[in-house]
Amino acid sequence: MLAILDYKAGNQTSVLRALQHLGIPAAITADKTELSGAEGIIFPGVGSASQAMGVLQSQGLDIFLKEAVARQQPLLGICLGCQILLESSEEGPVQTLGILQGHCKKFPDTLQQPDGTHAPVPHMGWNSVVLEKDSELFAGVDKDAQFYFVHSYYVEPAPELATGFTEYGGMRFCSFYGRPGLWATQFHLEKSSRAGQIVLKNFYNYCKEHSHAV
Amino acid sequence: MLSKRVIPCLDVRNGRLTKGIRFAGNIDIGDPVESARKYYEEGADEIVFYDITASCEHRGIFLNVVEKVAENIFIPFSVGGGIRTVQDMRDVLLAGAEKISINSAAVKTPELISEGAMAFGSQAVVVGMDVLRVPKSREIPSGYEIVIHGGRVKMGLDALEWARKCEKLGAGELCINSIDADGTKDGYELTLTRAIADAVSIPVIASGGAGKPEHMLDAVTKGGASAALIASIVHYGSYTIRECKEYMAQHGVPMRLVW
Repeated sequence: MLAILDYKAGNQTSVLRALQHLGIPAAITADKTELSGAEGIIFPGVGSASQAMGVLQSQGLDIFLKEAVARQQPLLGICLGCQILLESSEEGPVQTLGILQGHCKKFPDTLQQPDGTHAPVPHMGWNSVVLEKDSELFAGVDKDAQFYFVHSYYVEPAPELATGFTEYGGMRFCSFYGRPGLWATQFHLEKSSRAGQIVLKNFYNYCKEHSHAV
Repeated sequence: MLSKRVIPCLDVRNGRLTKGIRFAGNIDIGDPVESARKYYEEGADEIVFYDITASCEHRGIFLNVVEKVAENIFIPFSVGGGIRTVQDMRDVLLAGAEKISINSAAVKTPELISEGAMAFGSQAVVVGMDVLRVPKSREIPSGYEIVIHGGRVKMGLDALEWARKCEKLGAGELCINSIDADGTKDGYELTLTRAIADAVSIPVIASGGAGKPEHMLDAVTKGGASAALIASIVHYGSYTIRECKEYMAQHGVPMRLVW
């Protein structure tokens, strides 16, 4: 079973629907016993980093997530979840979980489209993810597949964690990072058609094989 | 590079898919849930679902249809028609939509845009604008006037002025629907689309008039739109979404061709 962390961050239901469609047992929960018992945790989210951190801290979920990672429970951060795993975010600004090294920054307002016009922020729509190194999470994903993005901030994880990159407005940023068992995608897997579903399925398969559930 | 989007629009009346010409004479053309699934499978980048009679007859949204659609498609999905309050928006988002589209209600109560953006983020708020070509005047300097209630009521509001105001209030996207072009299959109103795309820095969706892939290409090149909304062109099977997207890609437009 995959647990979708419930911290009132908006898109838990979309993630649940995507997992259900794949036949993956899943539940939305903030219950720490249920979370620890899951084969893996999905940490979704839309909204603001500072607000989200407030909710996580008020429920002790910040500490819970650090402990879950420490005992190697598989974790997948999506969008805001991807940003909050790092040490800080300019959205606030706020200190974030610091589970992995790196920071989350605001897109500069100087981004330009190919025709020279201003590139709007948020970066919203379908875009490519180019892998700099192989990842089992992307096994079976067509290299030309695209993913759905909606974000105004981008992550800069430690270089050894950065795995996939995306180009927007003349800028190249990291859109997928992590290490085996602890991954994060800036793009919305639950809204990225089949490519997103393959990644979710790969995550579940990894969880089944490596579950440290208690 | 960010792809341009192709967005099939499902007009729904009484739970059935419908299509009219110049906002009148609607005929039944199928089940919206099935159509949404078909377009998803065919590579739609997003789907828009309008309850077209809701704002006239005050019936509200068919949330159960929205839910069924959301269970079957895994791409962004927006819903419009009859949304008048923040609570209406919340209901639609909870039913599974990513975005809500407001039109008449935003013109009557512009604060709805800012309240929606505050509550759900700008990315969730699309303002749909129905626009009619009129003689240029002091009141309507651009020659494009905002109309509401499916094109039946003129508002004395200039489309460019309204577009800028929507952006300032926190709209995440604007969907520009030309009443003159709607359902004609003669092509989008490119002058209008370009004027608004140049006036704002948020994404603009061209709507109304697509009859062939060339029109969609024009919308995102000459018209400066980020996305092309389509209806008849795919509802009647004249073209598939893949054909439209491949045509645009062959002409140098960044498109998502694998799904």
